[in-house]
Amino acid sequence: MTGAAILGVAQAGLGHAGGRTDQEIIALAAVEAVNKSGLKMSEVDGLITSSLTSPWWALRTAEYLGVRPRFTETTMFGGSSFVIDLLTARRAIAAGECNHVLITYGDTPRSAPSSSEINRMRALLDPQVYEHPYKPFNPVTSYALAAARHMHQFGTTREQLAAVAVAARDWARLNPEAFARDPLSIEDVLASPLVSDPLTVRDCCLVTDGAAAFVVTSSERATDLHDSPIDVLGVGHAHWHRQISSMPDLTVTAATESGTTAFREAGVTPADIDILELYDAFTINPILFLEDLGFCAKGEGGAFVENGRLGPGGSLPTNTNGGGLSFGHAGMYSAFLIVEAACQLRGEADVRQVADAELALVHGNGGVLSSQATAILSRRR
Amino acid sequence: MAALREGTFSLLHCMRCSLPHFYPRAVCPFCASRELRWVPASGLGTVYSTTVVRSRAAMRNIALIDLDEGPRMMSRVEEIEPEHVAIGMRVTAFIIDDGGTPLVIFTPGIGGSR
Repeated sequence: MTGAAILGVAQAGLGHAGGRTDQEIIALAAVEAVNKSGLKMSEVDGLITSSLTSPWWALRTAEYLGVRPRFTETTMFGGSSFVIDLLTARRAIAAGECNHVLITYGDTPRSAPSSSEINRMRALLDPQVYEHPYKPFNPVTSYALAAARHMHQFGTTREQLAAVAVAARDWARLNPEAFARDPLSIEDVLASPLVSDPLTVRDCCLVTDGAAAFVVTSSERATDLHDSPIDVLGVGHAHWHRQISSMPDLTVTAATESGTTAFREAGVTPADIDILELYDAFTINPILFLEDLGFCAKGEGGAFVENGRLGPGGSLPTNTNGGGLSFGHAGMYSAFLIVEAACQLRGEADVRQVADAELALVHGNGGVLSSQATAILSRRR
Repeated sequence: MAALREGTFSLLHCMRCSLPHFYPRAVCPFCASRELRWVPASGLGTVYSTTVVRSRAAMRNIALIDLDEGPRMMSRVEEIEPEHVAIGMRVTAFIIDDGGTPLVIFTPGIGGSR
């Protein structure tokens, strides 16, 4: 299959969008990403975007941007969507359906929180009649159940969960675009209020505004359009459940399957990866994904993340922008993972730059550990 | 739901592969058979995972229960402090009226008080 590569990447409206709407910040990110790709908006003939709320999102976005794409896709896989979009874009390009695919997402849950009407409507449109009556505080409760089970089964500790949040914060402190940049210690995390045991508010991602955009084209065309295309070496996607009560084993995610697919296609192993961008909606996530993607054995993720291994200067730089925990989280996060990976692979990450980063693993998560998507990205040598 | 209203907690069992499943579906999720029948559940289960949801003043338990028949369900364990519910705890189902809708809840121990 024809290879795909990422061209320009951009973000807008990070943190607090200052009164701009979701469509406005998406448009700002999209235009910047297209400009950085050496393209005009009129040359964008593919569009992939999705929304947590609107089923008409692709049409609204195309209308807003003034584009008439030949190829449009808008399947929603929660936060993992935008890693899966790499796979979809590559298929569409290989099939000759389009040349330049704009992938974009944004939302403003911090400056314009969803009304109670919209929250009620979301529950009505995606009824979970065997969970909702018990009033779980989702998504936190579902991830808390996974964390509690991991702790029970493998002896993982709250301190080890906290180590994930501290590593993310240490990265955020190097990133002027990160939302939460105050010092954070393991003790701070443990002392913060519990939301759904064992997860405290500092074990949970932020709620911020933000938009991200990037352009995907064929590997061949990328060479002419951009100084430093990022090649998509492998992508995998798997989903095994929607609701946490239907997840077969709360300590094993479908990342085992998506990771195997991505590594096999890329022809590399975990030992080859220089940086990881793992969807850290909650501190248990990176622990599960490091295990399921083969960076450590099942059950050893807690010990693996101790002693700053994931943080700046650690042996496995992870979530180098500060992650959903400290950089920002605008409802669905994985588009921002791809932007950060591209930035690091291009050597554009300033004081948080990981030296000689050539190969990145990006892992998106959607729902309540429901949808898992892995991509392996490489800079050109 | 009708059985629940009458006070019986039942599970759908497949008449082809014989496996029970939860939540109840129109087709068996294991073999796609449409031949299913309701069988009263033992009501016995084991806590697979548990959490305490803390909102302002109130605390409530949310647990995943592995039923003795095999399927797992979300529920809560009552008649015990929410944070004292433990993984591995044996529990027994009972049915409450949740604002006009019957709801399956669990209590610690075998047989329980109801």
